[in-house]
Amino acid sequence: MFVKTALLVLKKDFTIEAKSGEILYTTLFFAVSCVLIFAMAFVKEGEPVDGAGAGILWIAVFFAGNLALGRTFERERYAETLRALLLAPAPRPAIYVGKLLGIVLLLLLTELVLVPIVAFLFHVALFTRPLFLAALLVLGTIGFASVGTLFAAMLVRTRARDVMLPILLYPITIPVIIAGLLGTSALLQSPVDEPMAILWIALLICFDAVFVTLALWMFEPLMTE
Amino acid sequence: MGQVGDMMNKAFWVLAAVTALMFAYAPVAIAGAPYESTMLLVQKIFYFHFSTWMALTAAVVICGTGSAIYLFKGSATADRLAFAAAELTVVFGAFGLVSGSLWARKAWGHWWQWDNRLTMALLLELVFIGYLLVRKYGGPGAEKLSTAMGIFGAATAPFVYKSVDWWRTIHPKTSVMRSLGTTSPEMWRVVWFCTFAFLLLFTLLLVVRVHLEERRAELDRLYLEAEG
Repeated sequence: MFVKTALLVLKKDFTIEAKSGEILYTTLFFAVSCVLIFAMAFVKEGEPVDGAGAGILWIAVFFAGNLALGRTFERERYAETLRALLLAPAPRPAIYVGKLLGIVLLLLLTELVLVPIVAFLFHVALFTRPLFLAALLVLGTIGFASVGTLFAAMLVRTRARDVMLPILLYPITIPVIIAGLLGTSALLQSPVDEPMAILWIALLICFDAVFVTLALWMFEPLMTE
Repeated sequence: MGQVGDMMNKAFWVLAAVTALMFAYAPVAIAGAPYESTMLLVQKIFYFHFSTWMALTAAVVICGTGSAIYLFKGSATADRLAFAAAELTVVFGAFGLVSGSLWARKAWGHWWQWDNRLTMALLLELVFIGYLLVRKYGGPGAEKLSTAMGIFGAATAPFVYKSVDWWRTIHPKTSVMRSLGTTSPEMWRVVWFCTFAFLLLFTLLLVVRVHLEERRAELDRLYLEAEG
């Protein structure tokens, strides 16, 4: 029941998105223009500033993530569909998981485009340890999206929601961005600092476990009016 | 009710007097404590720095617990307690960051370093500033949002505490405090004296703040009654 509901919510979001493509394309465009602005600022005469690549990748992901979260739930608010979803006789944490999966997938797609662009523009060897990088990105995205989905869902009912989302989200998820960022930097060193990257991956797993548990635990009472 | 209120009132003033006396005596006690062998006079700031963070810990724990109780039981008192504790977290956090910064200037030569403990402490402060912002500008329904904020904030606090043990950071480890009782009992006594004074101050401020929130809620209720 739980898994089925979550997958149904995911399928619903996926079908809408596959038809319009609105959120994916706008998020991608925003993320890419973000990276381009950074490239204009930090690449001087073909030589990027030292160590900028990892930071810019993560900043672009987080900014784009914020935008995607806002848009996803704006769509739910527009036709009051979130209320309908919550009224459905299904476990509410399952609805949360469905929405979370949708956002994580969307952000991972964005990252697939972003990583090569950052690697190309900032001359960073992001592909020397692809598995490590993938682990960092997936875990970091889950950590960010788990808190983001919870807050964005709650903010649907509040005015000033566009301003409130980053205010709520960034202080809590900065540890995630720091862990992802420093883990990526460790991968970019030559020789690659593997123990350091593993430490940050382990820490990301800790954060993800704490955040997802708390969000699942709080989603039901928080969404009850 | 009136009698209990009276007694509470008296107890409050007695506690306030005790706290004032303790803070008046604290500088004397700190001056009398032995000098630390490497840092000498600068180390004296430690007595207030450590105490502040202990008061902050109490504030974070109360905010987290209060938020959780409000979320699951819907108790308005718990919400007021959490709100008051969140404000005090910001206040004590600011004091802790400033006192730490002053100490760092002398001990490490920099006002600020992006060291793990310092960064995590700053983040904790940011989470609770976010809490207050949401509370103030979130409009209707902001209580629940700030509640989630309080719970997440309290959940990150253990990471702040353990950060010094996990990484080799410039900040002293938590074990320094545990061994202080044996290495320098005199310093240890002064530290706990100051900590107790700060905790008392925290309790007093918390009581005042919760009381104020209760008055506000009462006022709102009366307005509604008058209009209806």
